[in-house]
Amino acid sequence: MSEQKLMHSSNAMRGDDHVPLMLIEELSVDFSTARGPIHALRHISLEVAAGRILGLVGESGCGKSSLAYSLIGLLAGNARITHGVIRLGDDDLAHLSAARWRELRGKRIAMIFQDPMTSLNPVRTIGQQMMDIQYRERITRAEKRKFAVDFLAQVRIPDPEARLDSYPHELSGGMRQRVCIAMALLTRPDLLIADEPTTALDATLEVQIIHLLRELQQKFGCSVIFVSHHLGTVAELCDDVAVMYAGEVVEQGSVDEIFRQPAHPYTQALLECDPGSIREATRILPTIPGGLPDLRQVPTGCIFQDRCPQVFERCRREHPGFHLGERTQMARCHLIEQGEMTP
Amino acid sequence: MIYYATQRFLLSVLIVIVAISLLTLMLHVVPGDPATMILGPRATPELIEQTRVAMGLDQPLPVQIVKFFGRILHGDLGTDVFTGRAVSDIVFEQLPYTLVLIAVSILWSSVLGIVLGCYSALRAGTWLDTLSGILSVGTISIPAFVMALYAVLIFAVSLGWLPAIGAGEGFFDSAMHLILPAFAIGISWVGYIARMVRASMLEVMGAPHVRMARSFGLTEARIVRAYILRIAVQPAVTLLGTGVAHLFSAAVFVEVIFARPGIGALIVSSVNERNYPIILGAVLVTTAIIVLATLLSDLTVALLDPRQREAL
Ligand SMILES: Nc1ncnc2c1ncn2[C@@H]1O[C@H](COP(=O)(O)OP(=O)(O)OP(=O)(O)O)[C@@H](O)[C@H]1O
Ligand code: SF4
Ligand SMILES: [Mg+2]
Repeated sequence: MSEQKLMHSSNAMRGDDHVPLMLIEELSVDFSTARGPIHALRHISLEVAAGRILGLVGESGCGKSSLAYSLIGLLAGNARITHGVIRLGDDDLAHLSAARWRELRGKRIAMIFQDPMTSLNPVRTIGQQMMDIQYRERITRAEKRKFAVDFLAQVRIPDPEARLDSYPHELSGGMRQRVCIAMALLTRPDLLIADEPTTALDATLEVQIIHLLRELQQKFGCSVIFVSHHLGTVAELCDDVAVMYAGEVVEQGSVDEIFRQPAHPYTQALLECDPGSIREATRILPTIPGGLPDLRQVPTGCIFQDRCPQVFERCRREHPGFHLGERTQMARCHLIEQGEMTP
Repeated sequence: MIYYATQRFLLSVLIVIVAISLLTLMLHVVPGDPATMILGPRATPELIEQTRVAMGLDQPLPVQIVKFFGRILHGDLGTDVFTGRAVSDIVFEQLPYTLVLIAVSILWSSVLGIVLGCYSALRAGTWLDTLSGILSVGTISIPAFVMALYAVLIFAVSLGWLPAIGAGEGFFDSAMHLILPAFAIGISWVGYIARMVRASMLEVMGAPHVRMARSFGLTEARIVRAYILRIAVQPAVTLLGTGVAHLFSAAVFVEVIFARPGIGALIVSSVNERNYPIILGAVLVTTAIIVLATLLSDLTVALLDPRQREAL
């Protein structure tokens, strides 16, 4: 076991051989509110490997959506990136002009949103919307239409030609989410961000959509960030996983490592409590007392200290850095540095 | 869309029928016999009886209503007892003045209101937005007749820029005569519509589908035009449709103040003369126009938004 202390993902030192597509370093995001700033994301360091699926898990309110939105420049108006860089090619997405954002969105980065019922414009047909997003292509309308039909067929929408003239309200939720996936893939992005794309759907549909995503990801070879409440889904779909707690990534690594041998006490608790869904905040860890910390006043020391069964004196004093586990696994916990990571 | 339009049209016809029935009923519920009222206190009983028969008031109520509908279908709204002219002639003679006045008022106020509302929403929080907010709320709270009085005092009496009396003759003169009354009627609608469009724009701008459009890098201008406006103007269109009734009542005051011919002026003078056939005819035509206006606004909304075509 390596006891090397890796301060914030210096990725060259990591044991994996994946090419990074996107590198997030020390990203911090504040939301300004009437009662002072909420430090919703703090020092997030993550790597999105090319052609792999990264799962983002954590209970409600831990900042998964905030992270996802900051990667496509769609954070709410009261949000501000206070620190860090997000590298994608030669760009730093944390400091990007509005014009450059428009160039990247729908070209290198695309997103699928949580609620398919409200994600499509209600007064434009599916076809119009699918042709709208091809505004960059210098091709005829007929060709754009053909692409739209083609991608609707890819996501297995029956009779795609006819569906082009449908309005969103004429389709079911599952069909609408398929349309959203088709639209995102149509732009051939390098990075596809999916923020809980199946939460609004029932279980059967969820399985179908997950399989579809996996299949199409392999076909197009893009990277995917998959936000989910559902540990089972993440285990099935993702290659890598990052576990978030109260605005921090507390553990990350390959799905194999983390599900086989969770290093962080929070991850361990998650997997023990409920390998299925971790939808609601505070409900999820019944065996561990304490609630989520107030993100207006982030406590010194470990963010998980109030609920950690293994808390010790140093945790109250010092914020743990990222420590390397077996291979690609890293966790923000003093225990790992001390070599007490449970086998 | 055609199915919806047909349904909606039939509903409108039904509304007009119900409204007319209520109107005729009301005339009978009002204390006093119309014939006596028309002829005045000095009429002889024979004369009253004669008039009652002439007006069909001696027949049972249901028969009266059915006969009334029969006559309306033939475009016959009855005869004015004073002049002996057909009520329909009198009403349709005055109607164009009011229709033009209301149409011009709606047109300028809704165009300006929508532009102002969009602008405020897109620049929400700037001083221009604040200014437009203050002006809107200010003008909303001023009734049309007060506006009309001030408009006359300032622009016609003090400055003498614009005519204040009558409807004018010929196109240019008529247009000049329209400016002040249309201003007085429309000004509070500018504020109403601007506020409403601003609110719905802001709401739609925060909708998930707009965020999705942004996630594809569509330009803001395109998003506003193709994705937001068509949804955001709907409440304003509905408001205008139902607002035509208010516009008619505003027109009553404004026509009297500006001494313009029109339905409003006609109703006021007929009420003063207790001229029931004309009141009835004028109110009937007005009702039909108001119902037509809501029909038009509903159809416009249905054209803008496919979800509205689904059901009545
Ligand atoms: N616009 C905003 N203004 C203020 N606070 C916000 C805003 N958006 C999010 N937050 C806060 O930031 C934190 C993270 O929210 P976020 O939506 O990213 O969580 P999440 O992990 O996606 O939760 P969920 O699983 O419920 O979607 C929460 O505490 C939330 O209250
Ligand atoms: S640093 Fe301490 S409190 Fe935090 S998770 Fe590790 S043991 Fe628990
Ligand atoms: Mg979320």
